[in-house]
Amino acid sequence: MNARVKKDLLRSVMRIRAVELEIIKHYGKQQMRCPVHLCVGQEAISAGACAVLRRDDFIFATHRSHGPYLAKGGDLQAMLAELHGRVGGCCDGRGGSMHLMWPKTGIMTSLAIVSQGIPIAAGSALSMQMQGTDQVAMTFFGDGATEEGNFYETLNFAAIRKLPVVFVCENNKLATNTPLSVRRPEGVRITDIAKSLGVHSEYSPDGNDALTVYKMVSEGVERARNGNGPSFFEFDTYRMLEHCGPFDDHEQGLRSAKGREFWRTRCPVDTLSRKLLAENVVTREKIDQWQAEFVQELAAAMKYAEEAPLPDPLTCFDNVYA
Amino acid sequence: MARECKFSEAINEALAVKLEADRSVFVMGLGAQDRNAVFGTLDGLAETFGTNRVIDTPVSENAMTGVCIGAAVHGMRPVMVHQRMDFILMAMDQVVNAAAKWRYMSNGTQCVPLTIRLVVGRGWGQGPQHAQALHSWFSHIPGLRVVAPFSPADAKGLLIASIEDDNPVVFIEHRWLHNTYGPVPEGAVAEPLGRATIVREGKDVTIVSSSYMTLEALRSAEKLASQGVDVEIVDLRTLRPLDMETILSSVRKCGRLVVADMGWPQYGLGSEIIALCARNALDSLKTAPSLVSMADCPVPTAAAFTNVCYGQARDIAQVVARQLNKTLDVETLFEDPAGLPNDIPDARFSGPF
Repeated sequence: MNARVKKDLLRSVMRIRAVELEIIKHYGKQQMRCPVHLCVGQEAISAGACAVLRRDDFIFATHRSHGPYLAKGGDLQAMLAELHGRVGGCCDGRGGSMHLMWPKTGIMTSLAIVSQGIPIAAGSALSMQMQGTDQVAMTFFGDGATEEGNFYETLNFAAIRKLPVVFVCENNKLATNTPLSVRRPEGVRITDIAKSLGVHSEYSPDGNDALTVYKMVSEGVERARNGNGPSFFEFDTYRMLEHCGPFDDHEQGLRSAKGREFWRTRCPVDTLSRKLLAENVVTREKIDQWQAEFVQELAAAMKYAEEAPLPDPLTCFDNVYA
Repeated sequence: MARECKFSEAINEALAVKLEADRSVFVMGLGAQDRNAVFGTLDGLAETFGTNRVIDTPVSENAMTGVCIGAAVHGMRPVMVHQRMDFILMAMDQVVNAAAKWRYMSNGTQCVPLTIRLVVGRGWGQGPQHAQALHSWFSHIPGLRVVAPFSPADAKGLLIASIEDDNPVVFIEHRWLHNTYGPVPEGAVAEPLGRATIVREGKDVTIVSSSYMTLEALRSAEKLASQGVDVEIVDLRTLRPLDMETILSSVRKCGRLVVADMGWPQYGLGSEIIALCARNALDSLKTAPSLVSMADCPVPTAAAFTNVCYGQARDIAQVVARQLNKTLDVETLFEDPAGLPNDIPDARFSGPF
């Protein structure tokens, strides 16, 4: 993997983290009046997987949409304006955090119903195949989505028709607050299920390492682009914060702090920056420069979002129909 | 040029015309390539246009609907088909949560031009899970269009318009209409969505109906005419958007309203139209409106139940007569000289569907 890619990946995970921290900082002002499902701790999967894609490839994200949106080139001002329910938001206030989209760079939408985007991504892939483009469709989802019928139905169909689609499962072992241990029998791995459905499937416990994600997903995207069909990737990761909102839920007795301590040693930002510093791929000065850029960019975007006009309530009737 | 065609052939023609004219159109559904070809509506299409454009699918209603949405978002115009409407309940998430919201959430920058054909069953023991008419469910949802044609010509014209429409359209076909005949124009003639039509002009009572119930309404009108009663029949054709003007102007003219609906009576299309007239034409109503509908219970299988459970021509005639304070011997009037059982659509039918 060349140094350019590594540097870009580090910058990408750092930027996603910076945006999430900025949202946390401002959320208490109650100007972002919508649920926010933050991805602190899970940045590496979005960054690694999206870095593989071309601008004209499609992605479909979930309610935890900020990572993929930022990693695939979604506009920051439009994102923050959307969280503030303002005109100029990427959905003009009709979507909020759970429905971020930026079709110009292939972020088709984000969907709040668990697993809903899985067949939709496969459908775009079907269209790509029918139209003979060499695009690829990718969808992100959590471990909970693999318990829905959509998962089985879609992987089966994608395998039958060799669709150019890449399924990326972020396994943080939580569905809202329900642990994987009560949702799957012990010893059953999601990757094995995906494999049994006829889809090329791989698992990595290193979902917090953007380099690993990038390497593995690259093969899947290449496979899809070359007409060799779908692939599925399961990455272990860890949700540092509560399901929805700016707070840490470990203190609320919902889950043990032990897991957090383990995963803190695998922070997507810290581990990658340490590694790339040690490899001399990046300098401390460069990292500091990026941080300074984020601060500036975020201040401007937050100001834009807070000052953007509110939508005229009577426009609620617009665009129900074409 | 119009010639006589079966309703199912009209559907087939609409699909053939669009598959021919537009590379982005494809058809997808369980049984799309089988011998029965979804009651003949897909006859020959897989052979002509290939199995990549007329796609048989796994039994995965929800995911297949999502697949169609994803293809639509990437520029295609998919047509899904389900041999019974009851199966679409497996896919309500994709229809209601995704397709109906897509354009709105993107504030008009994206759309889902998807047509979903659903077939309503009736009679020959269709029973609780094969005879539901759930058009009112879909009509409740902003973001969906709902079409329910009666005549073969409308079946063709409205299906073409549905496929050309940039919104998700639920296109409802009644199984008992597939074998009915009528004049159908040749070529690619679209019939605009959202317009009702007066299939029979009259002056005494307005009957509002759609899909198969328009046929029952026409049958009742014929018998009523023999008794000196002259009804007007408004065939809705599109349920959402609803052509309120045509309904209201007919009701204002006749002053009496009967709705004949293939669905259940509570919270449905019938109640909606009666409410519409109460809100907008109360002064014109000489008497309380009536509703002929499916009986308010699941549809039982045994043939013995059909008389009570399905709304029929004679039920319509009965309520029309009641509104006019006329006594009508419906048993005699609607006695079938052929003695045809009423769980089948016509004399040629010998089951099963």
